[in-house]
Amino acid sequence: MTEKHEVVVMGKAWVYKRDHINTDEIIPARYLNTDDEQELAKHCMEDIDKGFVGKVGEGDVIVAGEDFGCGSSREHAVWAIRGAKVATVIAKSFARIFYRNAINCGFYLIESADAAEKIGDGDKVEIDYKAGIIRDKTAGVEIKFNPLPGFALEIINDGGLLEHIKKKV
Amino acid sequence: MGMTITEKILARAAGKESVRPSELINAKIDVVMCHDVTTPAAIRMLVEHGIDRVFDAEKIVVTPDHFQPAKDIKSAELAKRLDEWARRHKIKHYYKLGRAGVCHALLPEQGHIRPGEVIVGGDSHTCTYGAFAAFGTGIGSTDLAAVIATGELWFKVPASIKLVLNGALTAGVYSKDVILAVIARIGVDGALYQAMEFAGSAIAEMSMEARMTMTNMAIEAGAKNGIIGFDEVTKAYLDGHLKEKTEYTVFESDADAEYVSVEEFDCSKLEPMVAMPHLPSGGVPIDECSGMEMDQAYIGSCTNGRIEDLRIAAEIMKGKQVAIRTIVVPATPTIWKQAKDEGLFDVFYDAGCVISAPTCGACLGGFMGILAAGEKCVSTTNRNFVGRMGHPESEVYLASPATAAASAVEGKLIDPRKCL
Repeated sequence: MTEKHEVVVMGKAWVYKRDHINTDEIIPARYLNTDDEQELAKHCMEDIDKGFVGKVGEGDVIVAGEDFGCGSSREHAVWAIRGAKVATVIAKSFARIFYRNAINCGFYLIESADAAEKIGDGDKVEIDYKAGIIRDKTAGVEIKFNPLPGFALEIINDGGLLEHIKKKV
Repeated sequence: MGMTITEKILARAAGKESVRPSELINAKIDVVMCHDVTTPAAIRMLVEHGIDRVFDAEKIVVTPDHFQPAKDIKSAELAKRLDEWARRHKIKHYYKLGRAGVCHALLPEQGHIRPGEVIVGGDSHTCTYGAFAAFGTGIGSTDLAAVIATGELWFKVPASIKLVLNGALTAGVYSKDVILAVIARIGVDGALYQAMEFAGSAIAEMSMEARMTMTNMAIEAGAKNGIIGFDEVTKAYLDGHLKEKTEYTVFESDADAEYVSVEEFDCSKLEPMVAMPHLPSGGVPIDECSGMEMDQAYIGSCTNGRIEDLRIAAEIMKGKQVAIRTIVVPATPTIWKQAKDEGLFDVFYDAGCVISAPTCGACLGGFMGILAAGEKCVSTTNRNFVGRMGHPESEVYLASPATAAASAVEGKLIDPRKCL
């Protein structure tokens, strides 16, 4: 299995400048009667941008302000984003439970205020996880980011928390 | 250097002498709370990973509360998965429908929350349990699966902020108003990743029900947990509610414990607060929004669906008629029966309210009071995010049970002190 943090991905950036984009906006509770990722993906970001699912493509990234994913503990928010084939979320900061859920799911998040400021909506971006660099091809800028801490990378590279703990139980 | 209550509880759970903020620990979990939205996914994961086991069938508490009695076929399927799993593993504390209630009201009421313990739940408002000098925090489904199988979980020890709430609350002002004022001041990420420790004379005067309203909303400031020290009020509640395991350990913050910041509030000057859409930090004194027309009032939830809240609402509605549709949701079957026995249902019925079975229901836009486009709801719940209670173009105004009840009668937001 390729280690997730060594992959270089390329996609389009969908920028939501706002702070506090919450889990109710990412996946409204009216869809929480299922835990099917593909079903949830159909409603990803629905209450902040109804057109999101129609325009997002594989390897694209979501860019946002402070406190992304605040609110509920619903991991469905991570599943909806992952199910929509989004490669990562770049935000100035993340809410605690969302951040933890993403790591536990093996889903890489990038915390970078610099990137959240510089990346424009629709820009072509390339993410080099190993080097810790985001290259905004449209704007022609390179932005360095701090990779996830070691213990989080370990969980992500194991394919999520359950694979990680499976070794122990 | 001393430690805070939160640090002491986590040190105990990690089997360590002491811990410092930011330290990564592996903690043994004392109680795991499971409900019908996030646990079925955890069960699926456990089965898929070939680790369908539970670490201790006596330390897991199950209450199908969110979309139950099942609101649709898919919700029924989730409840079925939860039910089959709870039976398969002989979960001791499985509250089936009829005894199930809104989780964060049910667990303390049924004696599952003890000081000094670590409680995790697949729900962000698990921070409620901090009212009992315990560490409670919300987790997602993968964490839930891990803790169900192993009884352990990794944590980063949070730094603490201290909120000192002094001064006596005036008539018509309640703990909900206090927490809305706190969040309005520090913001929805004012305590991000941190422990919110509440102290001061205003807290000392509060009942356990009122304290739970405070710690319940710690997550609305981004906190990992909310916590309140142990005192005689805590002890009296526990004496009346703990059943099987009645011993517990009381931890107190040291005088030289370290806090990231200390904020002081004078509660004596506080007015009834309303959090305007679309963030819980949108709190303003009632004077600034009084007169706004509402379409619905909702009195319930893990924040304000306890007996004390229903009494406050009934006191205001007594002998009056509601002007808008008003939904009253007692949070647990015990509260439901208490309200009935005390004659509160007569008051609500006479006023023209709907009285619901215990459920999280419309608080999170599930059922039992969903809003249409453009509708406004004054609600005793904890979140007023876009689309939280229904259509993305509906609006939620967070308030105390008194303000919600008075506004229900008036049909518009109104200062409850005018109805006392």
